Amino acid sequence: MSSSEHTVSHIHRDDIASRMGMWLFLFTELLLFGGMFILYSVYRYNNPDAFHLAAKELNTIIGTFNTAILLTSSLTMALSITAIQRNNKSLSIFFQLITVVLALAFMVNKYFEWGAKFHHGIYPGSDTLLAKPSGEVLFFGLYYVMTGLHGLHVVIGVGLILLMTYYTAKDVITHDNYMKLESAGLYWHLVDIIWIFLFPLFYLIT
Amino acid sequence: MSDNSHTSHKAHGYGVYVLIWLSLMALTGITVAVAGINFGGLTVATALVIASIKTYLVLTVFMHLRSETVVFKVFIAVAMFFLIISFVLLFTDYSFIVRN
Repeated sequence: MSSSEHTVSHIHRDDIASRMGMWLFLFTELLLFGGMFILYSVYRYNNPDAFHLAAKELNTIIGTFNTAILLTSSLTMALSITAIQRNNKSLSIFFQLITVVLALAFMVNKYFEWGAKFHHGIYPGSDTLLAKPSGEVLFFGLYYVMTGLHGLHVVIGVGLILLMTYYTAKDVITHDNYMKLESAGLYWHLVDIIWIFLFPLFYLIT
Repeated sequence: MSDNSHTSHKAHGYGVYVLIWLSLMALTGITVAVAGINFGGLTVATALVIASIKTYLVLTVFMHLRSETVVFKVFIAVAMFFLIISFVLLFTDYSFIVRN
C-alpha cells in the first residue's frame, strides 16, 4: 500500500483541472443544444397553433416513460460513483451496467417511437409530411434533429460508460482515482438535463 | 501527495441520491399532470420553471456542484448567464423586427 502510494505521488494528477476541463466541454454542448432551443423558440413563437397540432402526434406515454428511464439512469450513475468512493468495486460496476441497460432501454423506446412515425409516413422529406402546413413541417424537423442529436449523445454515453466499466474492472478507476468515472457521470447528467427540457417542449404541448 | 490529487468532494451517501431521484420523478409527474391544464401564456412558463427546478437538483446533487469550490459555481454561473443573454437578446431583437 505504502509503496504504491509513493509511486502514485510522482505522477502528476490534477483532479480539479480534470473536472474543470469536463465542465468546459459541457458548456460547448450547452451552446450546441442552446442554439437549437433558440431556433425552436422562434419557430414556435411564429407558429404556435401548428406546433400544438403537430405535438398531438407525439406519444406522451412513451415520452414520460423515457423521462423516468433517463432520470433513473442518472441516479444509478451517481450511485456508481459513491460505490467506488467507498471502495466497493463490484457494486460500482453493477450500477454502471444498470445505467447502460437503462440507456439502451431509452434507445429501444426511441426506435419504436420513431418507427411508428415512419409507419405513418412522418419522416423528413416524406410526401405526407410535406403536405402538412409549414409550421408542422418545422415542428417535425426540429423534433427529429433535436431528439436525434440527443439520442446520438445517449449512444455515445453508452460507449463511454462501458469504457469506464472496463477501466473499473481493470483497476484503472479506483477509490482514490475515479475522475474518469466522475467525468463520464457529468456527461451523462448533462444528457439527462437536455432531455428534461426536450420532454415538456415537444411532448407536453397541449 | 499534493493536495489536488485528492478529490475535493466528500462522498455523498446513497440515500441523498435516492431522495433527489424521488423528487425528480415527482416533478416529472407534476409536469405531465399540469400540462393538461391550460394556463394560457403561463403554460410554457410553468413547464420551464419545473424543468429548471429539476435541472437545479441534477446540477447541485448529481453533478456534485454543491461540494465544489466557489470557482466552479462562478464558472457555471457565467456560462448560464451568457446562454440566457443570447436567448433574451435574440428574442427581444426578433420580436422587435416582427412587430415592425
